[in-house]
Formats: sequence, structure tokens, C-alpha cells
Amino acid sequence: MEFGLSEEQTLLQDSVNRFLTDQVPLDTVRKVADGEVSDATVWQGLADLGIPGLLIDEAQGGVGLGCLDAAVISECLGYHVTPAPFLSTAVIAPSVLAAAGKQEELLGNIASGGHRVGIAFGEAIGARADASVSVDGGKINGKSIFVLDGNADDYLVADKQLRVHRVRADADGLERTDLPSVDRTRSTCQLVYNNVTADLVSDDPNIFIGALDVARVMQAADTLGASQSMLDQSVVYAKQREQFNRVIASFQAVKHMCAEMVADLEPCRSLIWYAGHALDEVPDERRLIACHTKAHLQEVGKQVSKTSTEVHGGMGFTDLVGLHYWFKRIGANRQLLGSPEMLRDEAARIQGFAA
Amino acid sequence: MDLSLGSEYDSFREEVRRFVEENKDQQPGGGPGAADGIAWQKKLIDNGYAARTIPTQYGGFGAEPDIIKSRIISEEFGRIQMNTGLGGQGISMLTPVLLEMGTEEQKQQFVSKTIHGELVWCQGYSEPGAGSDLASLTTRAELDGDEWVINGQKIWTSTAHLADWIFCLVRTEPDAPKHQGISFLLFKMDTPGIEIRPLVDMTMNANFNEVFFTDVRVPKDQIVGKRGEGWQVANAILGHERGSLAPPDAAQARLNGVIDLMRGETINGEKLMDNPLFRERLMKIQGRVLAMRFNDMRLLSSRINKNQDTKLAGMIVKLQGTELRHELEGLAIDIMGEIGLSFGRNPYLRGGGSWQYQYMYFLGLIIGGGTNQIQKNIISERGLGMPREPKTEAK
Repeated sequence: MEFGLSEEQTLLQDSVNRFLTDQVPLDTVRKVADGEVSDATVWQGLADLGIPGLLIDEAQGGVGLGCLDAAVISECLGYHVTPAPFLSTAVIAPSVLAAAGKQEELLGNIASGGHRVGIAFGEAIGARADASVSVDGGKINGKSIFVLDGNADDYLVADKQLRVHRVRADADGLERTDLPSVDRTRSTCQLVYNNVTADLVSDDPNIFIGALDVARVMQAADTLGASQSMLDQSVVYAKQREQFNRVIASFQAVKHMCAEMVADLEPCRSLIWYAGHALDEVPDERRLIACHTKAHLQEVGKQVSKTSTEVHGGMGFTDLVGLHYWFKRIGANRQLLGSPEMLRDEAARIQGFAA
Repeated sequence: MDLSLGSEYDSFREEVRRFVEENKDQQPGGGPGAADGIAWQKKLIDNGYAARTIPTQYGGFGAEPDIIKSRIISEEFGRIQMNTGLGGQGISMLTPVLLEMGTEEQKQQFVSKTIHGELVWCQGYSEPGAGSDLASLTTRAELDGDEWVINGQKIWTSTAHLADWIFCLVRTEPDAPKHQGISFLLFKMDTPGIEIRPLVDMTMNANFNEVFFTDVRVPKDQIVGKRGEGWQVANAILGHERGSLAPPDAAQARLNGVIDLMRGETINGEKLMDNPLFRERLMKIQGRVLAMRFNDMRLLSSRINKNQDTKLAGMIVKLQGTELRHELEGLAIDIMGEIGLSFGRNPYLRGGGSWQYQYMYFLGLIIGGGTNQIQKNIISERGLGMPREPKTEAK
């Protein structure tokens, strides 16, 4: 019995962390966030490490690793607030395409880092009055909002029946508009469809749900990484900053805030590991565990991101320190693909506690 | 990630399962010291299901430590909530310390009788003036010929009224720095000069006592470790206590109890489970219980695979586990409305009154065993390397 990461997983984690520390420091994150440069260079760098093809079979040009490996990587990306389309292109798209067995020619291009697939799932999870999509006779009409990745080459669009369709970014009748959000490390956009050609990828709701399970665990892992970074930054800052002739790390008020962050976060690591494992190995549990994992991590992440900012005092509130990139990243993970209340409601339904 | 315990353990599990099946109807019902409890304990030890790793020359079963086998025993007994034998501070806390730090004579004299329930112990640590700051304790022992003469008072002494012996921290070197002036003594509870007064807690049970010492005379050699080294001995024992106060498997069992309540009880004719606000609270707690259960699996794994670093994961268990249980028990009370108030002999009692009892009991555990504020000091200082509070001069 071994509940934990394998040696290979630890090595993978180390190499990705090293790359991100060296090649994607906060300065680079800022440049992408400010629109000075695109995230393409970062993504290509990650492609050299095999990240986009992590979940894609070796036969199709990928690395053929599992969901726990992907969760480990997602945690690294969150830790460094890395600007990259990991969730959409490397997680959701391969999960849908491989399960559906259609449009698989895309997988090789995704794995090489040369092709980005955006995700328009929002209208299938919790449609707001502002948007809806309808697909009929291979043509799509309507509007998707807060679509993941404003720079994708293709989009996977889900409709109310949980069918998934492929829409090309350069298709006639498609209008794409950037939708700025608080989290500038990953872009979101609006897609308006005027009778746009849509290829059916999957009409099996289980394929949509299966991909969503994976996505939610990866978002939770991203939040774990971002929260861990905020905790680490807090401890470093508190040991340097002096007030009343003492480092503030010697005040119980500050120590207890840090201890509470540890106490909330440490069990989350085990929860993520188990969830990553369950996605591949325990099919009966995956949907429930995915709902609980994302819901729980977002509650903990929210608390940690607030507490960490407070430990930094006024500096935490400034752009100078840049802590807000982590705060906002965690905030975005909370809202996208199901908020905690929705996920807990879903968890209750899965267990037959609610009609 | 490998969650199987390994097929080489299948036959061991079969063996335990057979024992459970054959003996489940012979479980004892009496309290501490009851004869059937002692007979049951002996049976468990003889079969290797209690005192499993304690050497045979001290009355144990003498098995090599094997965490997976211990886990299997706990799982198989837990499945039907089979009586796992005697507990108490003598067995769980004193015995490991005697084995590590006691003299050969002390091991011979105490270990076998203690694990067989023939000797019941209590722990004399806390004092009215020494709670979180335990090392400031003032109960003193002075050497007079071949005897220690003890004067002072202890508090929060569980089972003092049932105990045959006490293991007790006393100040023997009044002029030494406070951590270096303490010794660890063992003595009989019927020694002249000991007075026990029950201390009723908010659950209205006398789980604790106050114990007063007036010129209590104890033979000089009834000391564990050297004179002045009692603090190190005590800390070795406290390490045994901390992790065991809030096991996640018990939280899972209680959560299942809340689920049953919510499915069975109604309000205005509507099942409690159909109320979305109650359900939301239930799901929130379920997520936390899951996280603590996997944290526990990680801790178990790190005891098998020594390369895993779980220092922080272990430090947070008491803090998180006790808070979680207090909230979980409180949820059951809240959803029952006024019925949730029932306590004592009340016809509307649910779960034998366990919800209110556990709700209060876990508030006690949030405070006891090192308050949760002290836990946060430990996490931040030993876990995160943050500096200690500057020391103030002793008065």
C-alpha cells in the first residue's frame, strides 16, 4: 500500500516546477496578463515537456499518463499562476475526443502544442439568461459566454442535451469577442454563432460528464497549488516584515492565521491525490468525488487567498507584490464549471439525497 | 498510488474475520475493571488482537510491528463494532513509555498487569495553575530519606476514582529552569494523604477529578527516567495522545448517523433531507470528512513507506478533527429543532442522547489534549519554522 506520489510523479513535478520557476516568473505572468505578449511561448515551452499531450495516448502522439499525473501538473501550474490553456486544451478536449473516438486527428496536433481547443461548456452546466445555444442539422445558433481560451483554433461547444460539437475558430458566421475577467492569466471569450457549421463529436451525456469530472479535479488541483503558493509567500513575508521591533511571524495573531491555512490545506492534498486516482481507477466514485473535491478546494482556496492577503497587510492589496494574481486565479477556478453550492447540490443528487 | 493492502494479507484478514465471527456473541458489557472485560482482554491478547507488539516477557502477544495487520484488525473489528478490548491512559500512554524508558524491574512489575486490566492508571499532569503552560506545574516532591514526600494538587484527572496507580509529574528541583526540574513518579492511589474530588463537566458527568496530595510518601525508586528528566518522559507520552483524539473513521460513522436522521425525521411533514439548506450543510461536512479520511490514509501510508514526509499532515489532525466533529454533532442538533435539545431522560431523545453529549464532549476535546490554540502554535513553530513568542520573565 502506498498512498502518495510515485517517484516518477515527483520527478515530473520537479521538472515542471523548475521550468516554471526559471522560464515563467511573475514578470512573464504580468506581461501576458497585460496583453504585452501572448501565452504562446509559455505553451510551447510546456509542450517541449510534453504537457499538452499528458492525457493523450502515445499512439496518438501524446505521453499517455493518467489523471493523477495531470493533477500533479495542474497543481504546479496553479502554484506559479502560469498563463496557459491547460484546462481547455490539455484536459477537457482530449478527454472528450478520446472518449468519443471522433476527430481524433486533432489529438496529435494538441499534443505537439500547435493546436488549441477552447471549451464552451457553460451553457450546458448552468445557463444564464444571457446566453444559450441550439444545434440543428449541423448548424449552431446562439451564444456562449465565458468560453475558456480566447485564442483557440477550435472550440468544443456543449448544448443543453449535453451533446458536444466542434466549431472551427475561423468558421463563417462565428463572432469571437474577448471577455476580460478578474483572472488575466487565462483568457475567456464570448462566441456568437450565426448558423455556424458544427460537427457532432459526441451525443453521449456520459462523455460530457466524464470530461467535466476530470476538469473539476484539475481546477481543484490548480487551486491547491495557488493556495500553497500563497501560504508559502505568507510565511516568507511574515519572517521578514518587522513591526514593534519584532518580525510579525512572532505574533500569535499572524502565526495562527498561517497555522489555519496549513490545517485547511494539508487534507486537500490527500483529497486531490485520491480524486486523481479515482478518475482512472474507481469509476463508481469519480463523479461524486469530483464534485466534492472541487467544492471543498474552492472553499479552502477562498479562505486561504483572503488570509494570505491579510498576512501581507497593505502590501498584499497592492499590484506591486502581485499576490492578487493568485487571489484571482483561485476566484476564477471557483466560478468556472460549477460553483461550490451547485457542486454540493449535485453531490447530494448523485447520492439520492435530493430529487 | 497503490491502495491495495496486498494479497499476502488476505489469509490474515480471513483469520481475523473468523475470530470476529466466532466470538462476536461473547463480547463483554461491563465498565472498566469488570471481570468479563478482563477475560475478554486476555482472549484478545492471546490471539494477537490487543497488546499485539508488546513483548511476550511483559505479557504481550509479541508480534513484529506490522501496520497493515493492525489496520486489518481495526477494519474487521470495526465492521461490526466489535469490542476492541481495554483502553485507558495506562495502556495507551504509560505502557509505551515504560517499554521505552522504564527499568527492567518496572517493566516486569507493571506492563503485563496494566495491559491485562489488572492495574488501572490515571495521569497526574495538569494543575489549576498549569494548563497550556504545563511545565510551570508546582506540585512538589522532596526527598526525605528513602521516600519522596509529595504536596500539591492535580486537576482534569480522568478515572482517578477508579485508578489503582497514578503516573504523575512533580517538581523535584525547585531551583532548576522549569523544564529541567520535573520528575515522573509512579505511586498507588490508596497511599495516605491522597484525596479525590469528582469534577462534573458540562455533560453532567464526572469524567474528571481533582486530586489533592498532602504529605504523600512514595518510595524513592518509583521514578521513570532520571530525576529532573520528567518533562522529556511526559512529552514522549503526549505524542501518543495527540493523533488519537479525533479519528476520521469515527467521523464517517457519525456522518452516516446524520444522514439516517435526515432521511427519517420530518419537519412540517417534509423530510429533513428534502430541505436544501440542511442538505447544503450536510454536503459541506461530507466534503471535509472525505478530506480528513484521505489525510488519514496518507498518514497510514507514511508509516509503511518511510520516505513520505507527512509532518504537517499529522500535526493538523487534532485541530481539524475535533472542530469537524463538534460541527458535525451540532448539525444533527440544529436539524432536529427543539427535539435536538433533548438530554437525559426525555422521551424524544434521538440516538440515546449521543448528539448533545458528543457536541459538548468535542468542545471539551477542542480544549483538552493541548488546546487548539496551542495546536496552532505548534503547527506554526514546529511546522512552519515561525519564531516563538518572546518569553516573559517568571513572576
